[in-house]
Amino acid sequence: MQLPLQGLVVLEFSQYLSGPSAGLRLADLGARVIKVERPNGGDAGRKLAIKNLWVDDNSLLFHTINRNKESFTADLKKEEDKAVLRKLIGKADVLIHNFRPGIMEKNGLDYAKVSAINPRIIYAEISGYGKEGPWKSKPGQDLLLQSITGLASTTGNDSNGPVPFGIAIADILCGAQLVQGILGGLIRRQKTGKGALIEISLMESLLDFQFELLTTYYASRQQPRRSNINNGHPLLSAPYGIYATAKGYLALAMMDVHELADALDCAALKQYGKDEAFARRDEIKKIIADHLLQHPAAYWLERLHNKNLWAMEVLDWEAMMNHQAYQCLQMEQQLEVKDKKIITTRCPIRINGKRIYHHKPAPQLGEHNEAIYREFIK
Amino acid sequence: MNLLQDIFVVDFSQFLSGPSASLRLADMGAQVVKIEKPGTGDICRQMYVSDVMVEGESTIFHAINRNKQSYVADLKNAGHLEKVKRILAQADVMLHNFRPGVMERLGLDYQTVKEINPSIIYAEISGYGAEGPWKNLPGQDLLLQAVSGLTWLSNDHDENPTPMGVAVVDILTGTHAVQGILSALYRRGITGEGALIQVSMFESILDFQFEVLTCYYNDGNQLPVRSAVNSAHAYIAAPYGIYKTQSGYIALAMSNIVLLGELLQCPPLAAFTDSNDWFSKRDQIKQILADHLATNTAEYWLAILEKADIWCAPVMNYDELMQQEGYRVLNMEITVKTANGITVSTTRCPLRVDGRLLVSDKGAPLLGEHNNMIDRQFGWVNELQK
Repeated sequence: MQLPLQGLVVLEFSQYLSGPSAGLRLADLGARVIKVERPNGGDAGRKLAIKNLWVDDNSLLFHTINRNKESFTADLKKEEDKAVLRKLIGKADVLIHNFRPGIMEKNGLDYAKVSAINPRIIYAEISGYGKEGPWKSKPGQDLLLQSITGLASTTGNDSNGPVPFGIAIADILCGAQLVQGILGGLIRRQKTGKGALIEISLMESLLDFQFELLTTYYASRQQPRRSNINNGHPLLSAPYGIYATAKGYLALAMMDVHELADALDCAALKQYGKDEAFARRDEIKKIIADHLLQHPAAYWLERLHNKNLWAMEVLDWEAMMNHQAYQCLQMEQQLEVKDKKIITTRCPIRINGKRIYHHKPAPQLGEHNEAIYREFIK
Repeated sequence: MNLLQDIFVVDFSQFLSGPSASLRLADMGAQVVKIEKPGTGDICRQMYVSDVMVEGESTIFHAINRNKQSYVADLKNAGHLEKVKRILAQADVMLHNFRPGVMERLGLDYQTVKEINPSIIYAEISGYGAEGPWKNLPGQDLLLQAVSGLTWLSNDHDENPTPMGVAVVDILTGTHAVQGILSALYRRGITGEGALIQVSMFESILDFQFEVLTCYYNDGNQLPVRSAVNSAHAYIAAPYGIYKTQSGYIALAMSNIVLLGELLQCPPLAAFTDSNDWFSKRDQIKQILADHLATNTAEYWLAILEKADIWCAPVMNYDELMQQEGYRVLNMEITVKTANGITVSTTRCPLRVDGRLLVSDKGAPLLGEHNNMIDRQFGWVNELQK
């Protein structure tokens, strides 16, 4: 299949997750992504493992984030390496970096310098907190951004302390939004012939992520409160949340409390009017929570689905993967690293009815030095 | 020039997943027209949350639909459908998030639209994809979190499965739709050909978990175990988490436990010299830290840790955040105005282009506000006059 970004060359001066997750998506969509890494160790993500899982010299985590890319080593402190990089930049379409503010300036690779070499380049950068203000030099780390932006006050119950998201939401969302900006820049370049500077920060991404909550807060200046029983979303009324049953857990989304009362045969819910579903949500949810303990989740789910109410059983990965609804997605793909096989997920976007698979593993450090040198520099 | 200048987007979607995608396209300069049903329009117009309204209207509708236009059409009415098809003939992008089969019944499926406009980018968002046993079930955020294993990753071990308190599935799916749409527009700039872009909430929320799912696929299928103490990530070692102090909470990201013990003057941590223990004994370590950090204030601890470049931060709510210079300097808050004079404060697009913020003061459209304008744009008014 002809992928949409075929023919584009992306230079990824990024480490860990935010920048590299953007590079991964561009690679999935057909771009040729070259990681520019320091000769000594490369992307620090190579040595960052979870559950101590390693594929070769590199962690499984690194392979997950950097599959389908190439690696070129350069020492940004050496003038001869920088001369080589300037040639490479001259041939590239996109440059991504996630260094702290000031580093690329110090290396002589800031936008002004890079666009002087290549006025058509889309120069994309991720910072933690933007490039101004008292926080600009703070480390842009996911949990810290969740904590500072109020996000940790959206999850868990009101009686819990702050509960962060258990996935690196700031990194992943920011990387995804950077891709949007880069693609917008490439589209404009087709008309104007000119490049673009695209900037984003983890903090702006997480504030954007909370746009519904923040807009509601700006209107009321009331700090949103989590429900005290099975909180699902601070702004939403009963029954929104996840409930324990006699066997398994059940998720109940938005629905009319009286319709729910009928489906569950729970007369006690009928005392509440429609306009009380938010104000008295904890009381209502307590009644539902107690009532649902009588029967297993499957029992309740059948009754709820019969009435077309929005509910699902809560699954773990094992139960999910045994389900045909997961299997028919064909979400998994295999990578081969020397004699080892890795299973990972594919790109979630389908184009012209086709899923996108790539089997190329992450590069070894400097694996493509020679090839890239021959092709672009010589 | 705006990034998406002169790009015309026709958006049939409702609620959040699709509309959050078209919001971003509008932010980047596209003209976005919502096609809405007569009478009620996008159901989100009536979705009041948290008992907060802006002059009787839903706050979240205003947040999601600022800077768009509204065109009312009854897609079951042949005359209206004809008009919509003529709009689509001129469109660069169309977007919908109906359940599978609905657009086929309405006669607005990809095959039909492609015949009208071969270069259109046709994007569709579904809950579970177009196949499989769940394809007709509602694609709703909490329910997708529930079935995708996501709820076993947040909160402490002894707590119920815990959903993320922002509509993360909708928002990521919308983000992926935009990626697909823009990459196809780029391709069209070279080949002139349109494309079908499909995303589902299920695939998007699996992609969100790509790091930890890959771990699960390759570690012999061991289910994640949340930390019992101040859990912040099921796969990351101590001290990763949020800790209570005498005054508020602080967050600690990855750091060296022995060094942390020295800095905080917490001698029991000195025993954990083997860094493998920082994961395998994380609950024990985190409990020691939690007890210790409860003995003084957040300011006290942060002053020590920041000086030593330890990755730490105060935990803030919105009231506290708004007081910070670090928040104000971002100029994240914008004011938009609707045609009937309502002003709404909301957030801007997080991207900056060529050093400029992407801001517009156009509020969400009234239902059908742009029918006349669009009709004129496509020449129907003149036609009638003839």
